[in-house]
Amino acid sequence: MDVLLNNLDLFGPFFLTTIELFAIAAVGSLVFGTILAMLRVSPVPVFRAIGTTYVTIVRNTPLTLVFAFFVFAYPLLNIVKVSYFTAAVVSLTVYTSAFICEVVRSGINTVPVGQAEAGRALGLNFGQILGQVVLPQALRSVVPPMISTLIALLKNSTIAGGFSVSEAGAIRSYISERGDNQMVALLWVALGFIILVSVLSFVQRSLEKRWSVAR
Amino acid sequence: MRIRTLAAGLLAGSLLLTACGKEGTPTSPGGDASGANTAALPTYTVAQNVDLAGSPVFTKIKSAGSITIGVKDDQPGLGFKDPTTGKFSGFDIEIARMVSAGLGFSEDKIKYTTVDSAAREQAISNGQVDLYVGTYTITDKRKALVSFAGPYFQAGQGLLVRADDNSITGPQTLKGKKVCSVTGSTPIQRVRDQGLTEPGNIVEFQKYSQCIDKLGTKDVDAVTTDDAILKGYAAQDKTLKVVGEPFSKEPYGIGLNKDDKVLRDKIDDLLQASLDDGTWQKIYDATLGKSGSTATKPTIVKY
Repeated sequence: MDVLLNNLDLFGPFFLTTIELFAIAAVGSLVFGTILAMLRVSPVPVFRAIGTTYVTIVRNTPLTLVFAFFVFAYPLLNIVKVSYFTAAVVSLTVYTSAFICEVVRSGINTVPVGQAEAGRALGLNFGQILGQVVLPQALRSVVPPMISTLIALLKNSTIAGGFSVSEAGAIRSYISERGDNQMVALLWVALGFIILVSVLSFVQRSLEKRWSVAR
Repeated sequence: MRIRTLAAGLLAGSLLLTACGKEGTPTSPGGDASGANTAALPTYTVAQNVDLAGSPVFTKIKSAGSITIGVKDDQPGLGFKDPTTGKFSGFDIEIARMVSAGLGFSEDKIKYTTVDSAAREQAISNGQVDLYVGTYTITDKRKALVSFAGPYFQAGQGLLVRADDNSITGPQTLKGKKVCSVTGSTPIQRVRDQGLTEPGNIVEFQKYSQCIDKLGTKDVDAVTTDDAILKGYAAQDKTLKVVGEPFSKEPYGIGLNKDDKVLRDKIDDLLQASLDDGTWQKIYDATLGKSGSTATKPTIVKY
């Protein structure tokens, strides 16, 4: 308990940063990931190729390399200066989007082809079929894997600690320099993550319950 | 089509990887620049039939036949591993060799293990390393977790800046400047606590080499940590310089298992002997001394 109370000035703000990182990157990846999924199922071959290339490259690249790219290589290009927090959000979004994309795509695959055909018969265009018929059903069927991906995002955010973002993953380094017991500090950090993940699990359960009868 | 896409992807991916691989690559072990000082490293006599009754760690390493020493591998002039030969060099490494020889272990019986700052206490108390020699500042709080022999070196917090930058002359001139150090390290916590620069200007990475990299690309204006570490970098790279007086006291000790007083006293004796017979001075002259700066001998504190 002492380790937590002595270092509340660390645990509070650092976990807050973790939550901010997660929230922004989660919204970003949900939006960008869904757009990628739409690209991957689009009837235009070029769009499909772009989507596939993106997922292949990013999903197979370790997250630390994505971070290293945005923190060490990107600034050399001299385009727009970004803060380390922004770089972390971008890295996490870029990385998680590839996984969200595949989750959404697997959801799209669960919607029977007949639905899209019926939409087409009604005179809807591709965008309308996807946005109003297929995606709503697809998203409802992929709640558990979607939340799993978001939980992974939450935990992956600790990598930002090594790239100049003061978040929960950096707490251990601070505690070790302050001389408190690191093992105890790690347990508190773990407890913090358990609490945060519990919130996500709760969201998952309530969404599953709410959407289970939709089809 | 699909194969072509894959090929394009692999090409882009490999470009990305090469861009990353370049970051923070040290060029050569520190302190080989100034031709004036060409002091050679001393050789150490390996002690025979050393017996330390009542030391659990010594009993363990004696029966294992080799000693595992935790070190840093990315600090030129102190603890540096040459990426091409895999050989360790530097002041800390020499101290480790000298102490090992005094304990009866020759160079080929030493196993070096790289342990980062944040994992030191854990590595020592878990027994992953028998001794730790790597810019390890003795503090009272750390003494509650591990024991320290020494100090074997007296360092202090300093500032490393670009050689053509005259706007930073000491800790009081850091306002508005971007300052970099290792995540959560004591120097960066001091900068934050004393408000030497604005919180938004504090940059923290996993390794000093990454800070040095950012210093070169002007993304940060100063790197702060113990002057010994900074002098190692300055000796290696002439576009960098160390400025100002040290503004803290960082006595470096040899970390070892808590409560192993017998081993601690033995190492203290070995360090004292090296200070008395000039070996310590020879080690300094052949490593950190090549940066052109002098060092005051530390005073061993037995406890």
